Amino acid sequence: MWKYLHKYASPPYFYAWAGRMIPWVGALTALCLLYGAWGGLVMAPIDEEMGNGFRIIYVHVPAAWMSLFIYVMMATYAAIGYIWRIKLAHAVAAASAPIGASFTALALATGSIWGRPMWGTWWEWDPRLTSELVLLFLYFGVMALRASFDDVNRADRASALLAIVGVINVPIIHFSVQWWNSLHQGPTVSKIGKPEIATSMLVPLLVMTVGFMLYYATVLLMRMRAEVLERERNTRWVKEFINEPAAS
Amino acid sequence: MGSHESLAEFLSMSGYGSFVWSSFALTVIVMVANYVSARRRHSSVLAHLRRRHLEPEQTS
Repeated sequence: MWKYLHKYASPPYFYAWAGRMIPWVGALTALCLLYGAWGGLVMAPIDEEMGNGFRIIYVHVPAAWMSLFIYVMMATYAAIGYIWRIKLAHAVAAASAPIGASFTALALATGSIWGRPMWGTWWEWDPRLTSELVLLFLYFGVMALRASFDDVNRADRASALLAIVGVINVPIIHFSVQWWNSLHQGPTVSKIGKPEIATSMLVPLLVMTVGFMLYYATVLLMRMRAEVLERERNTRWVKEFINEPAAS
Repeated sequence: MGSHESLAEFLSMSGYGSFVWSSFALTVIVMVANYVSARRRHSSVLAHLRRRHLEPEQTS
């Protein structure tokens, strides 16, 4: 098993493997997103309470879930890189930060757009909204800290520590709607066994979420290839690779 | 059209059109921007390494 892991974690192997995977994962991403958008915008029945306005759920909820999921991924890989000094793990963390930040911004923006017709306000200093905004600043902090070091090893270690400490915000965001009196509604989907929404509404949401996950995987692999090339720039395989005319 | 009575109804989202469509448009923008930025980063790293490789080694 270790031998297997070692092979996948070797930068030249990863670089080539990721290059082969990207088109396939990308195609699957497009299929899921298109089906999810079709199901959500066209097929799903109109919500009794919110009318057609509820359809924002199909982008808002996956974006919000991804903002948390990517943060946990970033912090986990930063910790793995910090503890076992695995370079590829730090590359996962570095490549995840901008993607996570953009999903967090998207969750905030679509939430704000949804809040306007439903709550009558674009923004409220509500526990859920405020803690999600803190998440955005955490992502920015991790990225800024990384950018402030010239030495990649020091950048990895410093940004890893901030990412790990910031994990405390993830359960705060998740439970904020239960712990405090929040304007934001509680979980719609995760009530085990008895989700509050109909199957015909739920299926497009789940497909859309899978699409968002695959999208993250696609862009993560693309960004990691750039990270790997840059981090390995003084190695023989990179020097040989960049001289190949068909290198991409 | 699906659960909508007409195409006009679908486009207007029974009054929520500007909210629904702007949310989806933002999503498309974020996804395209991320994809483009990832591609650019890869090709800029590659171009940078090629340039550096062609130049004689700088002593530093």
